[in-house]
Amino acid sequence: MPVLQLENITKRFGSLVANDAISLALDKGEVLALLGENGAGKSTLMNILFGHYLADEGTIEVDGKPLPPGDTRAAIEAGIGMVHQHFTLADNLTVLENIILGTESLWSWRQNNKAAREKLAKMSEEFGLAIDPDAEVERLSVGERQRVEILKALYRDARVLILDEPTAVLTPQETDGLFTTLKSLTKKGLAVIFISHKLHEILAISDRVAVLRRGAIVGEVETAKANRNMLAEMMVGEKVTRPKPRAIKSGAPVLQLAGITIADAPSGTGLFDLNLTVNAHEIVGIAGVSGNGQSALADMLSGLLQPNRGTITLNDQKLDRTSAIDMVDRGVGRIPEDRHRQGIVGEMLNWENMISETVTSPEISKWRQLISKQNAISRTDKLIEEFDVRCEGASAETKLLSGGNIQKLILARVLSRNPSFILANQPVRGLDEGAIAYVQTRLLAARERGAGILLISEDLDELLALSDRIVVMYHGQLSEPFDNGTKTIAEIGLMMAGQQNPPPPALKDEAIHAN
Amino acid sequence: MQIEPRQHVSALRVALAPVSAVLATMAICSFLIIWAGAPVLESWYFMIKGSVGSRFALNETLTRSIPLIFTGLAAAVAFRSKFYNIGAEGQLYCGALAVTFFGTGIIVLPAILMVPFLMVVGALAGGLVLLVPVLLKTHMKVDEVVTTLLLNFVILLFVSYLIEGPWKDPMAMGWPQAASIIDEGVIPPMLAKGRLHYGFVFGIVAALAIWALMRFTVWGYQIKAAGLNVTAAAFSGININRTIFRTAMISGGLAGLAGVSEVAGLKGYLTLDLSPGFGYTGIAVAMLAQLHPLAFCRASMSVPTP
Repeated sequence: MPVLQLENITKRFGSLVANDAISLALDKGEVLALLGENGAGKSTLMNILFGHYLADEGTIEVDGKPLPPGDTRAAIEAGIGMVHQHFTLADNLTVLENIILGTESLWSWRQNNKAAREKLAKMSEEFGLAIDPDAEVERLSVGERQRVEILKALYRDARVLILDEPTAVLTPQETDGLFTTLKSLTKKGLAVIFISHKLHEILAISDRVAVLRRGAIVGEVETAKANRNMLAEMMVGEKVTRPKPRAIKSGAPVLQLAGITIADAPSGTGLFDLNLTVNAHEIVGIAGVSGNGQSALADMLSGLLQPNRGTITLNDQKLDRTSAIDMVDRGVGRIPEDRHRQGIVGEMLNWENMISETVTSPEISKWRQLISKQNAISRTDKLIEEFDVRCEGASAETKLLSGGNIQKLILARVLSRNPSFILANQPVRGLDEGAIAYVQTRLLAARERGAGILLISEDLDELLALSDRIVVMYHGQLSEPFDNGTKTIAEIGLMMAGQQNPPPPALKDEAIHAN
Repeated sequence: MQIEPRQHVSALRVALAPVSAVLATMAICSFLIIWAGAPVLESWYFMIKGSVGSRFALNETLTRSIPLIFTGLAAAVAFRSKFYNIGAEGQLYCGALAVTFFGTGIIVLPAILMVPFLMVVGALAGGLVLLVPVLLKTHMKVDEVVTTLLLNFVILLFVSYLIEGPWKDPMAMGWPQAASIIDEGVIPPMLAKGRLHYGFVFGIVAALAIWALMRFTVWGYQIKAAGLNVTAAAFSGININRTIFRTAMISGGLAGLAGVSEVAGLKGYLTLDLSPGFGYTGIAVAMLAQLHPLAFCRASMSVPTP
């Protein structure tokens, strides 16, 4: 009998069918990979399973017993444990406190820490998940925090463990560690649902793959009988090939950073003595686990953060104090990391978002004050067509757009100004294959046109596919740049973990914050 | 049961929301009327008759809506950009203080100049007093809800001190009130009978101006963007502190104008009961109008005032 059985789960949001009659079964000791693009319905399905959402139709059975819908507590009691993509730990509590949080009665006088400590120690040993129970979560690395999340689920006697995009924040080595842990857990009979859109990971860890597309299961295969191309095609529904850069000789420097230091960045990790040059016709990739100073670097180049020391030189002009509008006016194209939060104002209209950087230009406003809606709309219409933004026109609300189309709108806003330097911060994260190919094609076209591009990404595959040169960022420091192709993934992974790049003493104790 | 927001809200529903709010209020009030032992329908009849049933009643209703148009606009502009100015009451009194200071004889201009002059100084006073919470917010991240609210009490006590002390009108037979506005400074009445004065027209003009500002100008665009998503607004190059400053000056200025119109248009002199909470009621007006400047004038007439 399967340990978990989903039968005909259907969930609608308005006219959108997020889950369309999904049936799945999970056996003891099995790793089932749930593969699908963003928006395919993976997270909705898991949220229904965990009781966050109510399904419109369908039933869930655990060990043959029906699970009451919409009841998270019942799901936990039935042995379902979930490790969310964004961790749900209290940073200021210890590991032990985090793990027992919510398992104790609110009415008891004192915590029974002793029993909990013993149980945790036994679990740690049994599953090979070593962790100091008294360490504050704040001080832990991302990989360790994930371990705490897994222990938290196991402490509640989980027999089904759901991992939502668990490798997104890990280095290649940490990912290997996670896989070892998962293998030992499944040996003890735990069943795992592994949600991902990274094909090589799914092939490495799962026993079976279920592929979701537009809310429906489009295929289920034994991993042993699957291969990369076949899964990719099932996931996307068609063959999509990502673009490849053409070899061009790089030109004169467009951006030079010398001795850049930012002591305390609001995003956590600052920057320490950064030196970097980006040339025309060149993509420089910044590799690194998120939270190692990428945000501070991106904020600085976006004009939102001032360096304490060091100089920024843009097209041979040294910048003094910068501001966001200053950077825009100097021809910096900025593709923000969080397109919903930084890139657009969702409640505003497409034309209002399209002109957000050019609202005081003579083309859009008279005397820099009176907005010509007509000009703004005709410009937006033109760009919507040129950049293939699928939307209901210039006067529709931007929040109605899909992630891929929001990114196309931002690309249109940025690239239509022909920037000489482009900061592309996670430009394809969370996009579907078609949109990824589109964004990358556009970036490569900008490179051919002569722009210098700084590409920040957590996805090493993306960096290896696009970059001319790569630098690794760790604890706010940059490694020596190296030409793409001169180092192996394993070598870069070690650099991402700081093995060849020891942290400066001043920054050593600083906690690395991952989102 | 789960509550989820609608994906699309039709225009009809948007329009219906304030109507149903009024109907719900009436339903609740009906219970109170029954509880008090009065006939329900008759009570409503007199209430409606008393507010719009005669020329006199209509005149009075419009007169009382004037300060609410201004304070409501003040709240709406500020709330639009997520600057929660709860201090319209205090800013109203600041406008009234400025009018009293400049309008009681220290400066005498012909009426055609005197009234606009008083409106300008009143608006400036309202805006300037809001500068304190603005600077605390932009420079030290102090929450403006607390500072603007508490400033109300500071200002009210200051007014109380002035009209009980140095500004007390010796001709007022001991009543705590300031000297009367000179004739040139009085906002003229609109009709031969009744108390309705040109402040009403100024209020409508202000609403139209704010509407145009929000709709057609770069300032309006920036105020809207900063209010809806401050991160994206800052990223796109909008100077957030400057936008907050502008918003606050406009908001405080409008609240100050409420004080000007009450003193120079209606009462003629400053007292401590000049405003029975117009500054706070303005927030309700703003909400009823769903922060839309043109819906204001309509909403400010529906809100009962003491």
